[in-house]
This record gives sequence, C-alpha cells and structure tokens, in this order.
Amino acid sequence: MQAIKRFAGRPWSDQLFEAVVYLILIIVTVVTLYPFLNVLAISLNDSTDSVRGGITIYPRAPTFKNYETIFAFGGLITGLKISVLRTVIGTILGLISASMLAFTISRADFQGRRFVSTFLALTMYVSGGLIPFYILIRDLNMMNTFAVYVLPGLVSAFNVFVIRSFIDGIPYALQESAKLDGANDWTIFWRVILPLTKPALATIALFLAVGQWNSWFDTYLYNGSSEKLTTLQFELMKVLQSTTTNADQFRGRNMTEVMRQISPESVKMAITIVVTVPILVVYPFLQKYFVKGMTLGAVKS
Amino acid sequence: MRTMTATRKEEKVGQVSVKKGAGFWRKFVQQRYLYLMSIPFVIWAFVFSYLPLWGWTMAFQKFKPGIPFLKQKWVGLQYFRELFADEQFYRVLRNTLAMSSMGLVAGFVVPIVFAVVLNEVRVLPLKRFVQTVSYLPHFVSWVVVAGIVTKMLSTDGGVVNDLLLSLHIIDEPIQFMAKGGLFWYIVTASDVWKEMGWNTIIYLAAIAGIGPELYEAAKVDGASRLGQIRHITLPGIRPTIVVLLIMSIGHLIGIGFEKQFLLGNPLVSDYSQVLDLYALNYGLGLGRFSFGTAINIFNSVISVFLLLLANGIFKRTTKESIF
Repeated sequence: MQAIKRFAGRPWSDQLFEAVVYLILIIVTVVTLYPFLNVLAISLNDSTDSVRGGITIYPRAPTFKNYETIFAFGGLITGLKISVLRTVIGTILGLISASMLAFTISRADFQGRRFVSTFLALTMYVSGGLIPFYILIRDLNMMNTFAVYVLPGLVSAFNVFVIRSFIDGIPYALQESAKLDGANDWTIFWRVILPLTKPALATIALFLAVGQWNSWFDTYLYNGSSEKLTTLQFELMKVLQSTTTNADQFRGRNMTEVMRQISPESVKMAITIVVTVPILVVYPFLQKYFVKGMTLGAVKS
Repeated sequence: MRTMTATRKEEKVGQVSVKKGAGFWRKFVQQRYLYLMSIPFVIWAFVFSYLPLWGWTMAFQKFKPGIPFLKQKWVGLQYFRELFADEQFYRVLRNTLAMSSMGLVAGFVVPIVFAVVLNEVRVLPLKRFVQTVSYLPHFVSWVVVAGIVTKMLSTDGGVVNDLLLSLHIIDEPIQFMAKGGLFWYIVTASDVWKEMGWNTIIYLAAIAGIGPELYEAAKVDGASRLGQIRHITLPGIRPTIVVLLIMSIGHLIGIGFEKQFLLGNPLVSDYSQVLDLYALNYGLGLGRFSFGTAINIFNSVISVFLLLLANGIFKRTTKESIF
C-alpha cells in the first residue's frame, strides 16, 4: 500500500519511466527463458503429439520416452563420458597452469618475470590460423586422441592475467613470513597463495569448464571419425545439422535409427536439454565470483 | 694517477659484471621453483601458439603433406594471386565485414541500454533474478543456441512465425533460415540474445563506480530519472565505452565462424561464408593447405593492422596505450 502511495506521489514522467523499465525487464526475461522452456516442454512431450505443434511451455502429453530413447543410443553415452572427462581433466590442468604462471609473474623479484609475461601477452594477439594449427596437430600425431581436447588449450593468457591481478592484491608480507618459517616457493604456492586465490580460481574454473563442455569443433576437426572420442556437443551438432540440409559439411554417422523411433524434433530437443542442464545447475551459484572476475580482468587488460 | 684510477675503474666494472653473471645463476638456483612453475608452460605456449606461425611458410610453397620442408616446391605469391583473383573471396570479405560491423553496433548499443535499465531497478531481488536469467545464454554452446534459434524460427511450430501469424502481420510462415537476405540479421540477433546479459557486467561495474552524490545533486536540481541517465550515468561510463569500442575494432575481422557454420546452410551460403569458414571449406576441406593458409595469413595480417590502428586511435584520444 505504501509502495503504491510512494509511486503515485511522483511526477508522471517518472512513473512512465518506471513502467518502461519494468516492461523491458519482462521482455528480456521472457525472450531469454521462453526458448529454453519451450525446448524443455517439447522434450518431455510425446513425440507423435509434438508433430501437431502448438506446444508452448508445458508438455501436453508428458512422457520420458524421448530421453529413454536417446540414452539407449550408445553414441550419446560415450559422448557424455568423454564430455565429462574432458571437462574435469581440462579444468584441473588449466587451473594448475594458469595459477602457477600467475604466481611466478606476480613475483617482483622473479628474474624471468618480464620475459614470461610478455611471451604470454603476445599469444593473445598472434594466431597462426586454422590450417597451420591443423597441420601442427597432425604432425604431433594428436589426431584421434583424447589429448587434443585438453593439451593445446592448456595455457591461456587471459586466465593467467585474471588470476595474477587477484594475487597482486594479496599482501607480500604473507609470503615473506612463510619464507622466514622455512617455506620455499613451491610450498608458498600451494599453502599460501592457492588457498587465498579461491574466488579467482572459482571464476577461472567456471570459464574452463564451460569452454570444455561446450567445445564441438575440435571433435569435428580432429576426432570426427573416432566413435570412441565423440562428445555430447558433437553428437548434438550432428543431429541438428542432419536436417538443416547441411549434409555436405557433415561427416560420420548420425542418429537416423533413433530418429525413426521418435521424431527428429524430439531427439534434438531432448539432447539439447541434456547438454544444457549441467550448466544451468552450476552457474547461478558462481555468479558472485565470475562477476568479480570479469570486472577484474577487464580493468587490468 | 690517472692511469691508476682508470685501471681501478676497469677492475670495478669487471668485478661488477662477473658478480652480475654469478648473481644471475645464484638467483636462478634460489628461484628454481619459480622457473619450474613457468618454463614448462612457456614451452607449451611456444609449441601451440608460436609454432603455427612457422606453418605460414606453407602459403608460399606448393605444400604437399608428408614431404620434408626443404623438398617442398616454393611458388612465391602464387596462392595470394589466386586468392585475390577469386570472385568468391570478395563475397566472403563482404560477409565478414558486414556481420562483424553489425555485431559491433548491436553488441554495443543493446548491452549499454540494458545495463542502464538494470541500474534503474530499485527492487534488488528482482534485479538479481533478471541478471541471473540474462547470463544463462552466455554459458550455453553455440550448438545449442543454433538449435534453439532454428527451432524458434522454423515454419512448423516456431514461436516467431506463430506470433506473427496470430497478429496478422504475415499471411503465411516465413522461411527464415532459407532467406539469404535475412542471414546477417539472424546471426546478429542470435549474438545479441546470447551475449547481451553477459556484456552488461562491465558496464554495471562502471555505473557502480559513479559517485551517489552526483545523483543527489541532480535530484536537488530537479532532474527527472531520464535526465539523470542522460547527464550522469551515460557520461560516467563514457570512458569504459570508448575503451571497449576501440578494443573491439581490433577484433573486427576475426569474428570466428561458429555461428555462421552452425546457422548457415547451402541455401544461404552466399551470405554465410566468412573468412575462416572459407579457409575451412576451400582450404582444408579440399586438401588445398597452401591456399587455405594464404587466407589465414590475410586474416591475421588485417587483424594485427586493425589492432595497431585501434591502439593508435586509443593513444590519441586517451594518451594511454592498450599494450
């Protein structure tokens, strides 16, 4: 009641302004959420019923049949396993490399500091391009290996600089007193720096994990013919591309057999949800961290 | 006397340099863990970031896989001549520049407007909820986004067509994904949809840095909410906008190809091919490594040129340098 009174007491232009603000909020929320809810509803709806169309944000004929069908397909299980594996391993390795590098270039007394940080910074600007990189991967015998998912992207200058600017905020006196207690740089890194860098590490872990989970192009380019190394995103990409008549860029097998049981539409929507849910579960809890991390990174670079 | 001082000086200089050398190695041993924690990764970065540059030599050779480097046949600029003579190349360049500049404009205007709007929301839980929702598409892969966009724009059951039909704006469904003329707009809109919320983070941080006393003063002067935005909020985040704008000029040509790859199809390929996709399809896809590398080099050289240009403009306007 009071709120309404306060609202009514203001000049009409401010009231109109307020109305426009909330209208924009509603539009953004609907435009962002509706597609996801629509996909979710179709994935939970009976496949033959979905063909009739008209599904909005709730299933008309609820069923789990679509999910049962796609998980009966071996490719999806393999994809899920590989996707989880590359996310876990890639994130851990990426965190270790970025935090170690960040620690060394944060140390003013480190002799190699200038060299290492310049060398890293340049990698953000130079790029050999797609084809030289492809040839390199082939020459290193990394085609059709799991390693191609986690090794080439191991060192990321951006991540290093975000963590480094965070470490710069930790008083150096802490390191000095640890040194007086007989700790060397290795122990200082693990015992002093890492525990204090947790917020930055959480941000970078999220970026790394999302990047790994969402990758599909490396599978397409390097491991497209290896069924054992397929990823969820790649499976989804193949299913999606198979009916958008992009067949000429298409290689490897697809899920046509599965699609004969339920409509391609339902297959696509169900896999989309499987691929999206893990992210949905994780990111809201890390929001506090990544907002800070993004602002920090932007200010420094 | 004079000679003595001179020799003494020399001695001193000699001593210092010897000491310096010894000091380096002593420090090296002292800092062995720091070296241990950085050098392996530096080598890593060398292999995967710098070594591909060596591959640029391919563009000047009639490169055949499996033959030693010295046995490859050198052809000079032949592949660049081929590239610049290719009609397709100019269409690809047009598409790249069109989509990147559309993305640049929309990718700036929309997040700024949204950040300003968010800042005006006084009900904090609501603000936080909308923010969280708006970050969601950023974390979803382009594969998923392309799937969703295709679904929403489809002719059977796509919400956009359904909506336009029920409002009687159109009489029959539009085949959005099959119309070349619409492709650039679809890519730009998808990009805005995906990144709008995420890109507000920096602007919101900048807005948060504006002193509340400025708003108080404006209120005393009788400024409306809109007036406060115009005279305080927008000028307050101007430096942030300028820096981000200049930085993104450097990325004008390296827009990637994921969206175009995933949203495109043969019906719209005249409008969807961008430089990287062109290198992928006409270089790698056909086994023409040298030709593809020439495209990559063109791409990289223009990128670096734009980056330096952007940095030059930045220096001029703010007397500072990005690097």
